[in-house]
Amino acid sequence: MKRLVFPVVVVVAAILAFWYAACVPMNIKFALMTAERQGAVVSPEGMITRRDMSPFVLAAKNPAQWSDTWVQDKPRLPAPHQVVTELWAQTMQVAPTSKRSLVFHGWITLSATLLGFAIGSGLGILLAVGIVHSRAMDMSVMPWAIASQTIPILAIAPMIIVVLSSIGLQGLVPKAVISAYLSFFPVVVGMVKGLRSPSPMDLDLVKTWSATKAQTFWKLRLPASAPYLFASLKIGVASSLVGTIVGELPSGTGQGLGFRLLSGSYYGQTVQIWSALFATAILAACLVAIIGLMERGVLKRMGLG
Amino acid sequence: MTQVPVIEAKHLDLTFQTNDGPVQALRDVNLEISKGDFVSFIGPSGCGKTTFLRCIAALEEPTGGQLTVNGMSPEAARKARAYGYVFQAAGLYPWRTIAGNIKLPLEIMGFSKTEQAERVEKVLELVDLSGFGKKFPWQLSGGMQQRASIARALAFDADILLMDEPFGALDEIVRDHLNEELLKLWARTEKTIGFVTHSIPEAVYLSTKIVVMSPRPGRITDVIESPLPKERPLDIRDTPEFLEIAHRVREGLRAGHAYD
Repeated sequence: MKRLVFPVVVVVAAILAFWYAACVPMNIKFALMTAERQGAVVSPEGMITRRDMSPFVLAAKNPAQWSDTWVQDKPRLPAPHQVVTELWAQTMQVAPTSKRSLVFHGWITLSATLLGFAIGSGLGILLAVGIVHSRAMDMSVMPWAIASQTIPILAIAPMIIVVLSSIGLQGLVPKAVISAYLSFFPVVVGMVKGLRSPSPMDLDLVKTWSATKAQTFWKLRLPASAPYLFASLKIGVASSLVGTIVGELPSGTGQGLGFRLLSGSYYGQTVQIWSALFATAILAACLVAIIGLMERGVLKRMGLG
Repeated sequence: MTQVPVIEAKHLDLTFQTNDGPVQALRDVNLEISKGDFVSFIGPSGCGKTTFLRCIAALEEPTGGQLTVNGMSPEAARKARAYGYVFQAAGLYPWRTIAGNIKLPLEIMGFSKTEQAERVEKVLELVDLSGFGKKFPWQLSGGMQQRASIARALAFDADILLMDEPFGALDEIVRDHLNEELLKLWARTEKTIGFVTHSIPEAVYLSTKIVVMSPRPGRITDVIESPLPKERPLDIRDTPEFLEIAHRVREGLRAGHAYD
C-alpha cells in the first residue's frame, strides 16, 4: 500500500494541474474584459479585437491575468477549489433540509435511485430466471430487453413522466421507473450468464441425484451466479443513478441533483453545475463501493473470495 | 455371492442424430455385470465406453435393445438411488466446504440433519479424508478433491459406483495411490463398480472383468474375466499373470482397430 501512495498522489496532482491549466484558456476572455474595465493593460486591447482570437494565444499574451481565471463567479470552467468550496458550502454550511443543500437534493435523488435499483435488479433477476428456464421466454423477452436499451433514455424519460403523471403518479415513482428501466438490463444479462454458468457435468451430477428443477436452481444455479450478479449490480446501480438524474431533468419537481444540474445551466451557474456533478459522482462512487463491500463479504463467506 | 446380474444390457443400440447425420455410438452391446464386480471399460476415444456408462445412469437414452439396473429401468434405478456417479473432474462446488459438498446429494434426497452429519463423517473416513470436512475444495490437492467426489458418490449408500475416468486428470504417482485406495474401498464396501479408463495397467490392476471396446460404431470386442486374486498389492503389476492379461487387452484393442 505504502509504495502506492506516491504514484497515486502524482496522478491526482497531474489531473488537478491539467484542470487548472484548462481554466486559463476557458476563462481568459472574461478575465481580460474585467481587467480592462478596471483599467489594467491587456494585450491586445478591445473586446471586439479579441472576440475571434484563439483563447490559447490570449492566454499566452496575458500571463498576468491567469490568476483571474480561477476566481470568477460564473466561469466557463470553474477551478477545482471553487467546486470544492461550493460543495462544502452547500453541504456543511446550510441546513440539510434547506433547498440550497446538496444533502437535501442528494437524498431526493438517492431515494429514487434506491427504489429504482431495487425494482430494476429484482425485475432483472426474475427475468433472468425465466429466460434460463424457458426457451420461449428466452426468445421473446431477450430481444425486447436489448431493444429497450437502444432507445436513448433522454427521449423516453419525458414520455414516462407524462404517462405516469396522467395516472396520478408524481415525484418519486416516475423517477424510480426510469431508473429501473436503465438498471434492469445489466442485471438480466449478468444473471442469465451466471445462472447458465454451471457446466454440463455439474448439471448431469445433480441429475444423477434426481434433483428437481427447484433444487437445481437453489443449490447449483443461484450460488454459481453470485459473482456474476455482483458484477452486474455494480453496473446496474450506476445506471440507476443516471436514470434518476435524467428523470429529474423534465420532471419539474424542483428537487434532486438532476434539477440542480438543470437549474445551474438555466442561470449560467457553472459552479453550481459542477458541484452537483461532483455530488452525483461521489454518490455513484459510494453506491458502487457499498455493492463492492457486499460482494467481498458474500463471496468470502461462500469461499469464492 | 449370488450371480444375479446387477446391470444387464441386451442388444443395446444408441444412435445420436447430429448435424452430420446419424452417428452410431453403441451397437449391439450385450453385457452382464454381477453384484460385487469391478468392471472396467477400456477403448480408444469414441468407442462408446462413456456413453454406455451414461446409459446406465440414465443420462443418455438408448435407441434400441434393453438395459436394466437392479432389474429396473435406469430411470427407476436412479430414483431408487441405485448408483453414485463420479466424473473425470471432481466437480466440487467451490462455495461449499468438503463436508458441504458431500452433504449436497443428502440434502437433495431429504436426509435429516443428524443423518447427514453422520454419513459425511463415515464416508470421509472411507476415503481417508477425516478432518478435511471444513476445508474448501481449493485448499485440497487434485487427488484429494477426487477422493472427496468419490465420498460424495458413496454418501447415500448406492450399491453401484459408476466412475468415468475419475483419475484421468491426475499424475501417475497420485493415480497409483488412488487405485490402491479404490481397491481397498471396494473390498470394504462390496460395491459394484463400473469404471471407464484409457489406461491398460489401471484396467487390469483394478478389475475383475475388463470390457474392451472399439469405435465406429461403439461395440464390445472382448470381455476378459480376470484371474487375479482380490488382494492386489501394487507390485502384482510385474507378475506374468498381470502381463498376460494386459497383453490380451492390447490384442483386443488392436483387433478393434483392424475393422477400420
